[in-house]
Amino acid sequence: MSEVIKKSLVNDELVDAFRKNNAVIFEQTPDFINKLRSKYFNEFEALGLPTKKNEAYKYTDIESAFFGAYKRQYSPQPLTIDIREVFTCDVPELENHLMLVNGWFYDKENKLKLLPNGAIIGSLIEATKQFPELVEKHYGKYITEQNDSLSMLNMSFAQDGLFVYVPKGVIIEKPIQLINLIVATEELMIQPHNLIIAEEDSSVSVVICDHSLNPHAFLLNSTTEVMAGKNSKLEICRQQNAHDHSVQLTNTFILQKESSFVNSVYITLHGGTVRNNLYVKLSEPHAHNKSYGLWLADKNQHIDNNTFIHHAAPNCESNQLYKGILDNASTGVFSGRILVDRLAQKTIAFQSNKNLLMTNDAKTRSKPQLEIYADDVKCSHGSATGQLDEDAMFYLRQRGISKKEACHLLMLAFADDVINKISIAPLRDEITGLVEKRLRGELSRCNRCKVNCG
Amino acid sequence: MLSIKNLKASINGKPILKGINLEVKPGEVHAIMGPNGSGKSTLASVLAGREIFEVTSGEVLLEGKNLLEMSPEDRARLGVFLGFQYPIEIPGVSMVNFMKTAVNEIRKYRGLPLLSSSDFLKLMREKKELVEIDSQLTNRSVNEGFSGGEKKKNEIFQMAMLEPKLAILDETDSGLDIDALRIVANGVNKLKRPDNATIVITHYQRLLDYIVPDVIHVLYNGQIVKTAGKELALELEEKGYDWIKKEYAV
Repeated sequence: MSEVIKKSLVNDELVDAFRKNNAVIFEQTPDFINKLRSKYFNEFEALGLPTKKNEAYKYTDIESAFFGAYKRQYSPQPLTIDIREVFTCDVPELENHLMLVNGWFYDKENKLKLLPNGAIIGSLIEATKQFPELVEKHYGKYITEQNDSLSMLNMSFAQDGLFVYVPKGVIIEKPIQLINLIVATEELMIQPHNLIIAEEDSSVSVVICDHSLNPHAFLLNSTTEVMAGKNSKLEICRQQNAHDHSVQLTNTFILQKESSFVNSVYITLHGGTVRNNLYVKLSEPHAHNKSYGLWLADKNQHIDNNTFIHHAAPNCESNQLYKGILDNASTGVFSGRILVDRLAQKTIAFQSNKNLLMTNDAKTRSKPQLEIYADDVKCSHGSATGQLDEDAMFYLRQRGISKKEACHLLMLAFADDVINKISIAPLRDEITGLVEKRLRGELSRCNRCKVNCG
Repeated sequence: MLSIKNLKASINGKPILKGINLEVKPGEVHAIMGPNGSGKSTLASVLAGREIFEVTSGEVLLEGKNLLEMSPEDRARLGVFLGFQYPIEIPGVSMVNFMKTAVNEIRKYRGLPLLSSSDFLKLMREKKELVEIDSQLTNRSVNEGFSGGEKKKNEIFQMAMLEPKLAILDETDSGLDIDALRIVANGVNKLKRPDNATIVITHYQRLLDYIVPDVIHVLYNGQIVKTAGKELALELEEKGYDWIKKEYAV
C-alpha cells in the first residue's frame, strides 16, 4: 500500500510542478510549442510515468528513478562559474562551440549560428524566435511512438535544447558537438529537447556528450528528434559519461526518408540508472539505418537500451549491434523490436545483442523481437550472453600476459566492435581511450576538467 | 633443463597422464609421437598450466623451478612456450598490441627494461623476416581469418618474439602443406640455440625430416613406452602404431 502512495506521489509532484510553474514555462516558448506542451501534458497526466507493469519498462523502475528531491529550472539561472574555463573538450576536429548547461544555452553571442551555407546551429529557443516557421514545421513532428510517457513528460517541460538545420544539398564536414553539461549545487531534473533536421541531399554529424561536473544526483529526461531527408547522410553519436547518482533517460526519434542513411552510436560509459529509447521509422524506400550501442556498468548501475526499428516502406535496411559489459552487481537490459510492415517487401533487418558478464552477480536481460508482416524479407536477430572466452584467456596468458591484463584486452576487444562503428576518427580514438580507462576502473574524465569528483 | 617425474594428470576425474618421466637437456630437440588419444596434447597443456587438467601427482622442474605451482603466465615468463595445435582467433585484439604486451610483461618479469614502440616494431620486423611470415598478418587481429598455415606460422613468429627456453610445439605440422611445413620447420631450426630446448609433438614422421630430433619418445596410454634415436620415426612411419599398441596393450 505504502508503495502505491509513494509512486503516485511522484506523478502528482510532476503534475503539480507543471501547473504551478506553467506561466514561467509558457513564457519561454511560442504558442505552437505551448499547444503541443498542453496536449502532451494532458496525456502525461492521464498516463503517468511508465510502471513495471508496462511490458516495455518491465526491467527498469522508472518511478523509483524519479523519486528524489529534484529541483527544476524553468528559466536560465545565473551561473556561478565560467564553464569554458572548467570544461574544455579534448577531442580535436569537433566543432566544439555548443554547450547546454543544465538544459540551457548560455553563450549570448553564439546562441544561434547561421552558417554561410544556410545551416542553422544552436539554441532551440533562440531558433523559435528567429525562425518560428521553420521550427514549427518540424517540432514534435517526429515523435512516432505516441505512447511513451517519458517523451510526453519531456514535451510538457521541454524548453531549450539543440537545434540543427541543414538545408538541401548542404554538407557540413566538421561534426557538430553538443556538450550537455550538468553543473549544480543541488539535485536537478532537466528535460532538454533537441531537433535535428537534415534536408534532401544534406550531410551532418552530431555528437552529444552528456557530462556532469559535480557529484550531485540529477535526472536527465532528454528527447531528440531527427529528420533525415531524402538522400541525406547523418551520424548521431551520444556519449553518456556521468556518475552513480545520475538518472539518464533519452528518447531518440529518427524519421528517415527515401535513400537516407543514419548511423547512430550510443556509448554509455557511466551512469546510475540509464534508459535509452531509440525509435527509428524507415518511412520511404531504400532508407538505411545503422544503430549501435555499448554500455559499461559496474557496482549497482542499471543500463537499459530499448530499440524499435519500424520498416514502413520497401527496400529498406537496418543493422543493429548492441553490446554490454556488466561487472559487480550491475544489471543490463536490451530490448529490441523490429517491425516490418506488410508493404515493406525486400526488407533487410539484422539485430544482435551480446553481453559479457564479469561476475556471478551481474545480470542481463535480453529481449530481441521480430515482427514481420511482409513475405519477402531477410531478417535475423540474436542474443548471446556469456563470460570471457576461456580458450582466449589461456592463449593470452600462455604468452606471459597476466590474467588481469588478458581480461582487459578481451573486454576492450569486445567493446571495440561497437566503438569502431563511430566514423569520426578523433572521437573514436577518444572513446577508445575512455573505455580503456573505464574498464581499468580508473576515473574516465574526458576533459581537462579542474573539478575533481567521483 | 626440464625434468618431469612421475607426472599424472586427469580431466573430470578421468586419468590421462599415468606417470610421465622425461628429461630434456639444453640444446636438445625431443619428439613425442604416438597414436591419437595417447595423451600428447594433454602433456603439452599440463606443462603450460591449463587449469582444466588436474595434476594428481609428480613433479615438473624447469631449471630447478617447480612449474606446477605457477600460473600459466608465470610459466610463460620463465620461458615455457606452447605452440598451439589450434591457435585461438581473438577478434579485436591486434597482433601488435598482443605481442607488445606479451614481450613487455616477459621483460618486466626478467628485470629487463621495457621496449619502446620503435624498438618493438624493429624487433617485429626482424622476427618476421626470420620466420618468413607475411608482414600483413601482423596488422590484423590475433589469428582472425588466418588460414591454417598462417596460424601455425604465427605461432612460430610468436615463439621467435618471446625467445622461450622451452618450446613445446603441439602438432604444429597438422594441416600444413609442404611449403608451410618447410617454413615452420626452418623457423624452429633457426631459433634453436645451445641454451634452449624444443619438444615437438607430432603424429607423422614428415615433420622430423625437417626438424631433426635428438630423441624420440612414443607416448601411449598416458605413458612413455619407448625412447630411442631419430631412426625410431622411420620405423613408426613404416609399421604404424599397431605394434606399439599390441606390445603395450592395457
